Amino acid sequence: MRLVETGNHAAAHAVRLARVEVVSAYPITPQTQVVEEISRFIDEEGYDCEYIPVESEHSAMAAMIAAAAAGVRAFSATSSHGLAYMYELLHWAAGIRLPMVMANVNRALGPGWNIWCDHQDAMSARDTGWIQLYCSTHQEILDTVIQAYRISEDPSVFLPVMVCYDAFTMSHTYMQVDIPEQETVDRFLPPFRTSWRLDPRFPLTHGSVIYPQDYEETRYSIYQAHRAAREVIRRTAEEYRDIVGNYHGDLVETYFMEDAEHAVVAVGTLALEARVAAEELRGAGYPCGVVRIRSYRPFPFEELRELLGGMRTVVVLDRAVSFGLGGILASEVKAVLGGEGPRPVSLIAGLGGRDVPYTLIAERTEAAIRGELSGEEWPTLALNERHLVSLRGLKALWGGERA
Amino acid sequence: MRIKDFPEEELLLPGNAACQGCPSSMALRLALKALGRNTLLAVIASCTSVLQSPFPATAFDLPVLNMAFATGGATGSGLAAAVERLMKKGVYRERPTVLVWAGDGGTYDIGIQSLSGAAERNADFIYVCYNNEAYSNTGTQRSGATPYAAWTTNTVKGKREWRKDVAQIMVAHGIPYVATASLAYPTDLFEKFTRAKGIRGTRYIEILAPCPPGWKFPSGHTVKVARLAVQTGLWLLYEHREGITTYTAGTQRIIHGKARRLPVEEYLKAQGRFRHLFYPERDEERIAEIQRRVDRVFETLEFTHRLKQHIMDIEMLPPR
Ligand SMILES: Cc1ncc(C[n+]2csc(CCOP(=O)(O)OP(=O)(O)O)c2C)c(N)n1
Ligand SMILES: [Mg+2]
Repeated sequence: MRLVETGNHAAAHAVRLARVEVVSAYPITPQTQVVEEISRFIDEEGYDCEYIPVESEHSAMAAMIAAAAAGVRAFSATSSHGLAYMYELLHWAAGIRLPMVMANVNRALGPGWNIWCDHQDAMSARDTGWIQLYCSTHQEILDTVIQAYRISEDPSVFLPVMVCYDAFTMSHTYMQVDIPEQETVDRFLPPFRTSWRLDPRFPLTHGSVIYPQDYEETRYSIYQAHRAAREVIRRTAEEYRDIVGNYHGDLVETYFMEDAEHAVVAVGTLALEARVAAEELRGAGYPCGVVRIRSYRPFPFEELRELLGGMRTVVVLDRAVSFGLGGILASEVKAVLGGEGPRPVSLIAGLGGRDVPYTLIAERTEAAIRGELSGEEWPTLALNERHLVSLRGLKALWGGERA
Repeated sequence: MRIKDFPEEELLLPGNAACQGCPSSMALRLALKALGRNTLLAVIASCTSVLQSPFPATAFDLPVLNMAFATGGATGSGLAAAVERLMKKGVYRERPTVLVWAGDGGTYDIGIQSLSGAAERNADFIYVCYNNEAYSNTGTQRSGATPYAAWTTNTVKGKREWRKDVAQIMVAHGIPYVATASLAYPTDLFEKFTRAKGIRGTRYIEILAPCPPGWKFPSGHTVKVARLAVQTGLWLLYEHREGITTYTAGTQRIIHGKARRLPVEEYLKAQGRFRHLFYPERDEERIAEIQRRVDRVFETLEFTHRLKQHIMDIEMLPPR
């Protein structure tokens, strides 16, 4: 079935096709439509699922952990402040090794209230043990949510998976989405698998006090599961292509990288802008390609090393900042390259939904290629009159030179 | 029901890491006897997280999920939703009881939102607050359940505020069952758990849990202190179903005039946490304040009881 749907509705379709049994969620813009659509499926279309309209995101995640612990497939969706509110339990979910999937619509964090896209929310939660997959099309949202259950429930992984996509540019726009048949998805996705569940016949205790002589091993097992997940993500993407038919890359997706000498690295819809920029640059005679990071955790360091090691120029687009360090993705790409190959140029842009036109990406990438740009830059920064926090604003506030 | 009729099977095993005289372990033991083996237990951050013993040992002969501090109501909701699914799929032959076990800090303070949400949704589980009137696990800090004038490590001259009453807040949620219980009245406690088990929806049971190191009394006095709380009227035993509150056990005996209510002093004096009310000199004012509060509560309770008796007497008169 082919529909024209929002990204949020694509996620809802995937939840139903994955035969999720418990959904617990709390409303936050721009995620609301995901859960509204799921509840409509339940009320009007006979989708057999328990929906818990919890009173907070902290509770959403707690209820999800409990449901998965009892042995059913669970889902939630959130964004930004909601994800931040869950933070304690993100650790809990991964630490107790329960498979589950959550959609996170990437949105900026306040203050001030900003409902538009950036990646600060999910990237701030990168070290919780969750697998994080980022999408760039509506079709990919649907396919990735279904794939995420396979990855999450793989016996060598057993970790929660977060499926991320950009606020509004993906959550609320309409695109064509192929909704696969239920039987097709059933062939791809077996019934819920987990390593443990609460069962009166096997009275085991989970998550109690653990001393230093054992705790580190539990952390190491998560570390290993993330290593194993790399292969599982690759295999899952291939099997999905074979059974359902769509393919969006595995840990990364590349555009024009076969003969590229310059590369732009990005996540989400920015990678699609970068692809248009790369086409422009190719027109101007620069062999440019794009690497879209699909799996942010586990990080695709083998792929990136292989793809970027031989480049003459690497530009990394970041829609999030590690304050006191720099572009989050840029610093990770640098770490992966470890001084081998080119020194990546870091562009931090598009925070809080600010538009990043492909022309700008093309222009700054060309500057980097020509050696006119090195280090780090905020190319969309405008420092306009209204900004009291800008230097100009501070000067106006304090008068003259004091700022 | 008599104590010797309680099931012999122990679901909280001996040799666990609880302190001597720990009221939580005593309450758990009795509650689990009433609920039986077909129970999914969620333990919320508290002393109970610790007393079950560290990994890889466990004192529970039940499936247990330990959860974060503010999650009681939501954890119960998630377990209940999953049980619903698993019943539909025929994974369980008999519906397991979902039991959430939390302290007063986890209930009165950090977890009240989650509990209130679950109760409003009438999620199908039993929530127990074992109320030791402080954050015992972190070294006895005050909570919303700590009574007026009680010493804790962050109210060294005695708490300035009166405690709130979460059981009454739960009554206001209109859930199908709310009860209070005491370790000193084990058959009453056992019967309340048995009744709760037979009801669907959110059920709330709060157990007063005198904590020897936190309240500063000898570890052999847990039950004695628990009994004094009821006998002095500082802890009320009741259950609330379908809009009707029924007082039970020791509290009922006082209201019905079958037992004398003891002065609060007897309870206060039995614990080191109220020592500053008596030493170096008596703090008449605060002792009297506490007494006055209880007196007022019982005036109303006894009046209501007498009124009811009176109406029943009139109604039972033969027609003229
Ligand atoms: C979010 C969070 N904040 C603080 C703590 C620390 N903490 C663990 S147990 C506890 C006290 C629990 O008090 P209560 O619920 O009354 O149970 P008790 O220890 O008295 O049995 C605290 C403050 C925590 N685990 N999680
Ligand atoms: Mg306590």
